[in-house]
Amino acid sequence: MSPEAYLILSAIIFSIGAMGVMLRRNAIVAFMSVELMLNAGNLAFVSASNTWGNLTGQVSAFFVMVIAACEVVIGLAIIVTIFRSRRSASVDEPSLLRW
Amino acid sequence: MNLSLPQAEALVLQSASGLFSLTWILIALPLLGAFLILTFGKQLKKVAPYLAILLSGASFIFGFTLFLQMLSQPETERGFLVPVYTWISSGALNVSFGLQLDQLSMAFVLLITFVGTMIHIYSLGYMEHDENRGRFFGFLNLFVAAMLLLVLADNYLLLYVGWEGVGLASYLLIGFWQKKPSAATAAKKAFVVNRVGDFGLSLAIMTMFLAFGTFTFSAVNAGIQNAQDWVALTIGLLLLLAAAGKSAQFPLQSWLLDAMEGPTPVSALIHAATMVTAGVYLIVRSATIFNASEAARNAVIIVGAISLLAGAIIGAAKEDIKKSLAGSTMSQIGFMVVAAGLGPVGYVFAILHLITHGFFKAVLFLGAGSVMHATNDNVNMRRYGGLSKLMVFTFGTFLIGYLAIIGIPPFAGFYSKEYILEAAFSHSIWVGLITLFGAGLTAFYMTRMVIWTFLTPARWEEGVHPHESPKTMTFPMIVLALGSAVIGFALTYNHIFEHWLEPVTGFEEPQAPISITALTTIALSVVAAGVLLAIYRYRSVDRETPQNVTVLTKAARQDLYGDLANETLLMKPGQVLTRKLVTIDEKAIDGTFTGLAKATWAASRLLRQTSTGYVRSYAAYIVGGILLIMFLLLIARL
Amino acid sequence: MNFEPLVFWISGIFSVVGALGMLISKKAVHSALFVAFTMLNLAVLYAVQSAPFLAVSQVVVYTGAVMMLFLFVLMMVGVDSADSLIEDIKGQRVLAILGGVGLIAFFIFLTGGSIYRTVVGTQNVDATYGGNLQGLAALMFGRYVIIFEATAALLITAVLGAMILTHRERIRPKKTQGQMAKELFSKGDYKGPLPPPGVFARHNSVDTPALLPDGSIAKNSLPDPLVARGDISPVDYDDLAEVQIISEGLGLVSDSETEEDK
Repeated sequence: MSPEAYLILSAIIFSIGAMGVMLRRNAIVAFMSVELMLNAGNLAFVSASNTWGNLTGQVSAFFVMVIAACEVVIGLAIIVTIFRSRRSASVDEPSLLRW
Repeated sequence: MNLSLPQAEALVLQSASGLFSLTWILIALPLLGAFLILTFGKQLKKVAPYLAILLSGASFIFGFTLFLQMLSQPETERGFLVPVYTWISSGALNVSFGLQLDQLSMAFVLLITFVGTMIHIYSLGYMEHDENRGRFFGFLNLFVAAMLLLVLADNYLLLYVGWEGVGLASYLLIGFWQKKPSAATAAKKAFVVNRVGDFGLSLAIMTMFLAFGTFTFSAVNAGIQNAQDWVALTIGLLLLLAAAGKSAQFPLQSWLLDAMEGPTPVSALIHAATMVTAGVYLIVRSATIFNASEAARNAVIIVGAISLLAGAIIGAAKEDIKKSLAGSTMSQIGFMVVAAGLGPVGYVFAILHLITHGFFKAVLFLGAGSVMHATNDNVNMRRYGGLSKLMVFTFGTFLIGYLAIIGIPPFAGFYSKEYILEAAFSHSIWVGLITLFGAGLTAFYMTRMVIWTFLTPARWEEGVHPHESPKTMTFPMIVLALGSAVIGFALTYNHIFEHWLEPVTGFEEPQAPISITALTTIALSVVAAGVLLAIYRYRSVDRETPQNVTVLTKAARQDLYGDLANETLLMKPGQVLTRKLVTIDEKAIDGTFTGLAKATWAASRLLRQTSTGYVRSYAAYIVGGILLIMFLLLIARL
Repeated sequence: MNFEPLVFWISGIFSVVGALGMLISKKAVHSALFVAFTMLNLAVLYAVQSAPFLAVSQVVVYTGAVMMLFLFVLMMVGVDSADSLIEDIKGQRVLAILGGVGLIAFFIFLTGGSIYRTVVGTQNVDATYGGNLQGLAALMFGRYVIIFEATAALLITAVLGAMILTHRERIRPKKTQGQMAKELFSKGDYKGPLPPPGVFARHNSVDTPALLPDGSIAKNSLPDPLVARGDISPVDYDDLAEVQIISEGLGLVSDSETEEDK
């Protein structure tokens, strides 16, 4: 399969993830969308690694996974904290940073 | 007139030794008085006037001692340079705080300290009931110090300090009753008009520095001999502007009449006897410069002639006794300026007239003050009359002053004015006629003043009980009147004064086209005509001001439209200009910046809308930004 | 036979479907499941691209750990908190779709038809290290060891951060058991469990009152609504006596006790 196809697939998933961030109000779903975007990146890494015959892409994808895990931990902690004080997981609620 | 007048032989100035090296004490004494009184006014409340009189008198006595000392010197060795300390030392610019005591300065020192002391004494009575009289005497001392500095300075820059000092004292004293709005306004007006003249002096000094690199009289005099024509002309005209400002000459005359808002002793000392004559001093002191430029001299004559006539006409129309006297002052200084403009023929007589005028005009002003003192500070001559019997001393001294000013022999004015007429006629017939006419006008308005004030039946306001003034006031009047009576004869006897001043200013015998005897006869006839006309015209005086008068009288009552001219020519265009500038400032300059600010504000208000606070909007912006960057990169690649 | 295209098409389409499903499903739980589905398909795609270690990590880390963490938090926050699908930011939906489609269009425009490289595959590299896992290990603990250590530090920081963020400071000292008991009974009302309804084993309907040891009726064993309506069954004393006989016969109850009960 041509690497092009993998890249396009990766782009589609990435864009869907981006749309998810923009469209979904539930903070957890927005978070999932971010994870999806990271995974799209990983897919591109892996397919590049495969195409070039070089393992560095896979190592990168691994590191991305680690960092995604960290992010999830912190992000979910933030969501829980916000939920505790506001009884809501909507990202539109804390819109205090405005004019 | 020939272009190159014989230059005065360079004055031999020797460095002072002995008593002369203490010349600075002359200035220091009244300055100390001013310092003490103005600083410790509250503690010195009772003592202040006496302290001021003491220091002023001490200054006169010291000055007189110096004068006697100077007499003992040979005639050509009477000029002294008294370096006090180096004032400014800055590269090419070296100015010493140095004094020059020569015959000219000496004459002024004696006049200033003597008349000044007399007027100090007079003020003791005149200001008796003023609660701020301590301050008044402090200002008087300050004036005396500044005036002495003006006449003793050995360079133009130091002279400028004295020049500004007397301007300051004048400002403070005109506005002494600053609670009166008219006095405050008059003080401001005097200050502003003087500023124009001072500007001329400062420009003249700058031109000197440009041309000669120095300010001292001797160096400027030496430098002017070899300088180009325009230098002498420029400096001469600028000095004339300065002199016109300080001496209330056309076209800067307007402040003097308003300056009469000040206390009468101030009018007598500053605005008659001494300060206003500083312009004449400046011209005579700069004789070498004026000798080098005929055009400048002609300008001086023209200015003097206009002021001479205008002052006399104003003096003849005013009903306010002090303003009438102020017009007279302007006119008399016009005589001096004309004389000074004549060149070496006239310098000595300008100073001579200055000194005699200092005496008799002081007497007249003090007499006017005495009359005002007696009539509850009324200044309107239409409310006087019949005071000759009630105020014998005042009437007597005033009469001597009157005879002196109109030029009746043997009183002082006769001699000085006669010489000026002679010099004027020797210059040209027109200048001679103008001065002659001026003399006639002087006789007319002074006679009018004496008749209105003293001789006609009483027209007092109700509740006025005229009485003779206290001795502190009559004593100086008597002293000065005696001076007015004899000083003219004393100074001209055997040509003492000509010889006295000749080393400084140079002297040239006047060559009148007619004989002295004939000229004297004509002059006395003109004066007599003026007197008789006034006597005929003012057989009776109305209490109210007649309104159906000639155009000239109307104009003269308005100071010959001096203020109107100033307002129309300078003030109104200035106001319009400043208003326009304000408009430009507000519309164009402020508009630009407020416009920028408003544009920024509007733009930020629009941009502010994008800051919604919604995370999802921000995410959309990020995506949009990414798209934009990618698009631009793509464009760049294509 | 090369299965790769087939696997790509199947897993690729599934992963896109999963992603779209996450995007449009109303309930967060469904979204989570769709994401998990996508990730599993991505794992398949990793595997087919000769990255077996990543494929397994994907399944273990993402579908196993991360997504379960998501579900756990969803349960805390409330599983049934459905997202309303009505957009309330003006123009946001249009902008988002435009942005997303624009991104896809750009990526396709940029990559489409521009890559002509033949796929090399990692077999050779794997072979030099003696396997995919060995190769990755050599890189991670070799050339990228510092980054690896940095990620370790990052993980620990994340853990600490999560603890701090979710930690609640105690405002008052913790109550001891004795204090709590005192607090409970200081009001004076009965806090123990209510007696259950029913009479022994013969009746367990809720309208039958319980009997106290002396044979009287325990009133608070009956539900209040039934008492109010009067739907209470009387106690069948014959039945009770029958029970007693049986229990005596079995030696469960002593005579004296039985007599006292009566």
